[in-house]
Amino acid sequence: MSAVKLSAEVPCPVVPHLNSGCGFPAPNAEIFFLEPYATLNVAGMDFLIGKTSIIAALVSLIVAVFFLAAARPRKMVPGKLQSIGEQAYLFVRDQIAREVIGKDGDRFVPFLGSLFFFIWISNLMGVIPGAQFPIMSSLAFPVSLTLMVYITYMYLGMKHQGPVKFFTGAMFPPGVPKAMYGLLAPLELLQLVVTRPVTQAIRLFANMFAGHLLITTFTVGAYYLISPSIVGVLGSATSFGVTIILTGFEMFIQGLQAFIFTLLTAVYIGGSLHAEH
Amino acid sequence: MFNIIASGEETNILRLPIYEVIIGAIAFGIVFFALAKFAFPAISKTLEDRADAIEGGLARAENSQAEAAAMLEQYRAQLADARTEASNIRAEAQAEKTVMIEAARGEAAAVAATVTERAQAQIEAERSQAMATLRRDVSELALTLAGKVVGESLTEDARARASVDRFIADLESETAKK
Repeated sequence: MSAVKLSAEVPCPVVPHLNSGCGFPAPNAEIFFLEPYATLNVAGMDFLIGKTSIIAALVSLIVAVFFLAAARPRKMVPGKLQSIGEQAYLFVRDQIAREVIGKDGDRFVPFLGSLFFFIWISNLMGVIPGAQFPIMSSLAFPVSLTLMVYITYMYLGMKHQGPVKFFTGAMFPPGVPKAMYGLLAPLELLQLVVTRPVTQAIRLFANMFAGHLLITTFTVGAYYLISPSIVGVLGSATSFGVTIILTGFEMFIQGLQAFIFTLLTAVYIGGSLHAEH
Repeated sequence: MFNIIASGEETNILRLPIYEVIIGAIAFGIVFFALAKFAFPAISKTLEDRADAIEGGLARAENSQAEAAAMLEQYRAQLADARTEASNIRAEAQAEKTVMIEAARGEAAAVAATVTERAQAQIEAERSQAMATLRRDVSELALTLAGKVVGESLTEDARARASVDRFIADLESETAKK
């Protein structure tokens, strides 16, 4: 983040204050590029180990351990942990897999459940104190997940509908005037092969990116404005209040985006299993 | 905040470092492995077991209810049987009682008749004996009296005796006519 220097005497600190004579350091894309702690070279490739990768590992550990612990008791009358685990499982099975894919959706519950909870907890890391960085705001993570989803439904489509029929079925949807196919076929193919994965990845990335940027802006603003004056106190308090409200709103968006990503995955898988008719 | 990389370095938000894609895939892979291999099958099995247990419980409850209903029916039938039997026994006893009373009454009547008959026979015997004695005495008396009047003894005379007897028979028939 760059603070515009108004007076020449002192250099501006990284996070300046109004009284330092430096301009408001509006957070920009730079806040998403964190200095790595270490560099690991595995098989000729540099792995930069920073906050992002540590949070990713943490999320993976939290979700895996939580569900393993919740699945372990296997009591007829469940305790709190087991009950939450079962509710989470039933949510994915009934609200996403069965609702969207149908009765053969049960075998995709582990995939859909992993996606939902991995994304949701990753997103929550954007507001959890200490972490406060949504790893999905780094494009590589949504792309990584989208790639797996893409491979999955492409494979399923070609397996269940035939390697050619899968594409022609999407390109020539029934119930459309023949003359329209000239326009529709290329668009549908583009939609299936390119638009779907790109939008799925970008939607998640952009939501997390924008949310984090907004919260950071108001947080920095609250610090920048605070001073022992009426304007300073009011301005800072307003900014802080907006931060709180935005954090609540952001938590809603985090859950919603995880749900949308998973729901779209289910829709695509369902579309691959059953040809449109 | 302070580990932001120095300005001037590449800050393209659409950059796509391959290593991060791999880290993401590994992190997701761990979650997927844990959930698909262990957690979700176990949870699914537990839910199924619970549904089974609940359904089994319901079936058991239904069974015992049917059993109870059958038993109640059986008790009712038995009760009805017992009632019929009791009423039968009562009716039988009533009939028996009537027969016994009838028999006792008959017996008593028979005994009474016998006693009466016997008494009547005795009375009849005593009467005829008394009559015979009286007849003999009266005829002797009459003969004695007539002998005294005539002056000779008629006692030994059979003719005299026969006339007295005839007289007495006449007297008797006259009394009978009246």
